[in-house]
Amino acid sequence: MSPSTKNSYLSKTVANLEPSGIRRFFDLASTMDNVISLGVGEPDFVTPWNIIEASYHSLERGYTAYTANAGMLELREEISNYLKYNYLVEYNPLNQVIVTVGASQAIDLALRAIVNPGEEVIVIDPGFVSYAPAVTLAGGTPVAINTKSEDEFKLQPQQIEEAITEKTKAIIICSPNNPTGSVLTKDELNRIATVIEKHDLIVLSDEIYAELTYDEEFTSFAAITKMKERTVLISGFSKAFAMTGWRLGYATGPVEIIEAMIKIHQYTMMSAPTMAQHGALEALKNGKKSVLDMKTSYRQRRNFVVNTLNEIGLSCHQPGGAFYVFPSIKSTGLSSEEFAEQLLKTERVAVVPGSVFGATGEGYIRCSYAASLKQLDEAMKRIKSFIDQL
Amino acid sequence: MEEKELELLELLETNGRLEVATIATMINLSVEETKQMIDKLENEYAILGYSAVINWSNVLEYEGVTAMIDVKVTPVRGAGFDKIAERIYRYPEVKAVYLMSGAYDLSVSVEGKTMIEISRFVSDKLSTLDTVISTTTHFVLKKYKHDGVIFDEEDDDKRILVSP
Ligand SMILES: Cc1ncc(COP(=O)(O)O)c(C=O)c1O
Repeated sequence: MSPSTKNSYLSKTVANLEPSGIRRFFDLASTMDNVISLGVGEPDFVTPWNIIEASYHSLERGYTAYTANAGMLELREEISNYLKYNYLVEYNPLNQVIVTVGASQAIDLALRAIVNPGEEVIVIDPGFVSYAPAVTLAGGTPVAINTKSEDEFKLQPQQIEEAITEKTKAIIICSPNNPTGSVLTKDELNRIATVIEKHDLIVLSDEIYAELTYDEEFTSFAAITKMKERTVLISGFSKAFAMTGWRLGYATGPVEIIEAMIKIHQYTMMSAPTMAQHGALEALKNGKKSVLDMKTSYRQRRNFVVNTLNEIGLSCHQPGGAFYVFPSIKSTGLSSEEFAEQLLKTERVAVVPGSVFGATGEGYIRCSYAASLKQLDEAMKRIKSFIDQL
Repeated sequence: MEEKELELLELLETNGRLEVATIATMINLSVEETKQMIDKLENEYAILGYSAVINWSNVLEYEGVTAMIDVKVTPVRGAGFDKIAERIYRYPEVKAVYLMSGAYDLSVSVEGKTMIEISRFVSDKLSTLDTVISTTTHFVLKKYKHDGVIFDEEDDDKRILVSP
C-alpha cells in the first residue's frame, strides 16, 4: 500500500480535525522580534524553589523508576487531603484518584472512559481549545453551547436544556474559564446541577484555575449536592503552582470511572513522570504561601489591565479568576483575527484572537496578564497607540 | 484598610518607583486615597525612604569592600545594648547593625573603599570602644542576593510566545 493507492495514510478522524488556531498564531509571532506577548496561557512565575529542590532531591536519591499506574500513593493521599481541606470534597486515594500527565491527559482519559461512538458531549464556547477535539478523538460528537457576553460568558442552565438530545452523555464545564476568566458562583452551579441531575449527565469539571479566584471563594462542582457521584473533577499543578512544564495533573471521581481511566492509562502511559510527582508532593505539602503570593500578584495585575483596557476603549468585564481578560474589539470593526494580526505586525503585541476558542469568541481577544507589570504597562501603551491609529 | 496598607507596602518594597496611579488601580483604591495612605505611612515612619538596589560590581569605576563584623560587648547598666549600638551605628561607614541572639551580640556591616580602610575602622574605632570585648571580621567576597534581590538573575522569559 502506498499513498498513490490511497489519498492519505491518516485516519479520517484525525485528517478532519481542525488545525489549532493557536498554532497558526504562534508561527506568525515567532517570526518577529521585540514582541511583548499577552498570548501565553501559563504563569509568568518560575516554579517555587522548594518544589524544584524536592524534585532534584528525589533524583539524587534515585527515584527514577515508574510509579504505581495511578500515581504514588503518597501523592494521591495528599491530593485527597488537599481537596478535602480546600473544597470540602472527599475521595478515597486508593480508587478515586488518578495522577495524570497534565490536566490535558485527564480530560482525554475521562472522555475515552465514558464516551460511546456517536454520543454527544456538551462543551462551552468560548472555551479551552482542547475539549472539542478531545471529544472527537474519543469517538464522540462535541456540541457547543454559545455563552453570551451579557451573561459574562457564564453558562446558563436553560442553555443546557436546549442543547440536550437523547445522545447527550456528558458536559465539560470550566470555572474559572479559559479564555474568559468567568467564575461560576455556588448559586449558579446549583442551578446548573438541577438540569444535570434531571437529564442524568456526567460532568467533567475542569477546575485547574480553582486556586486563582480573586473575588469570591471558589466552589467545586463536586461539592454541589448530589453532584459528586456524577462528576469527574479535573485539575493539576500547572497553573496554581506554576508547573506547566512538569506535565502533572489529576482526576478524582466515582470509582467506576476512575478505575476505567486507570485501565486506559496503564496501557497507554504507564504512569506520570516520577520526578514531577515528587515535586507535586512538596507543592501540596508546603506550597500554600507561594500560591497565595502569586495569586495576590495576579489580582493586582488583573485590576490594572481591566482598568486600562476599559480606559483605552476595549470594554471588558472584570473576570473573577484565571489570568485572562477577554475584551471586546467590536468597536474597531475588525475581526478578532484581523485585530490580533495587525496588532502583532504594527505594535509587536501578541494576543490570541477570541475566535480560536470557538465561534462565540469572534469579536473578542484573549489577553493574558501573566506578564510582568512592566511588560503589561508597555503592552497597554502599544495597544492604545494601535487603536488610536485605526 | 489594614490589608490594603500591607499590600501597598509590599508593592513599594519591591518597586519604589511605581506610580501612585498604578498602585491605586492595582489595589483598587482611588488615586487620592492611595496618596493619603502613603502620606500616613510616611508620617508613621513605616516608610522611611525610597532607594534603588544597585549591583555595584556592575559599575565599572566603583571599587568597594563590605565586611560583616561580629561584635561581643558588655551591656551597660540601664541602657542595655542600645547605647553601645548607637555609638557604632552613628558612623556613616556602618551600613547595618543588628542585635543578635547566639554566640555574639552585635552584627555590624561596614562598607569601605579598601580592606585597609575597614581594618582601620575595626582597630581604631570599633575595638577601642570601652564596652567592646572582641570583634571578628568577615570580608564579603561576592554578593549573590541582597534584600530579596538576586544579583545575577537571568530575567529572560522562557515561555513560548503563544499557547492555549
Ligand atoms: C482550562 C484548561 N484546562 C486544562 C489545561 C491543561 O493543563 P495541563 O498543563 O495540566 O495539561 C489548560 C491549559 O492551558 C487550561 O487552560
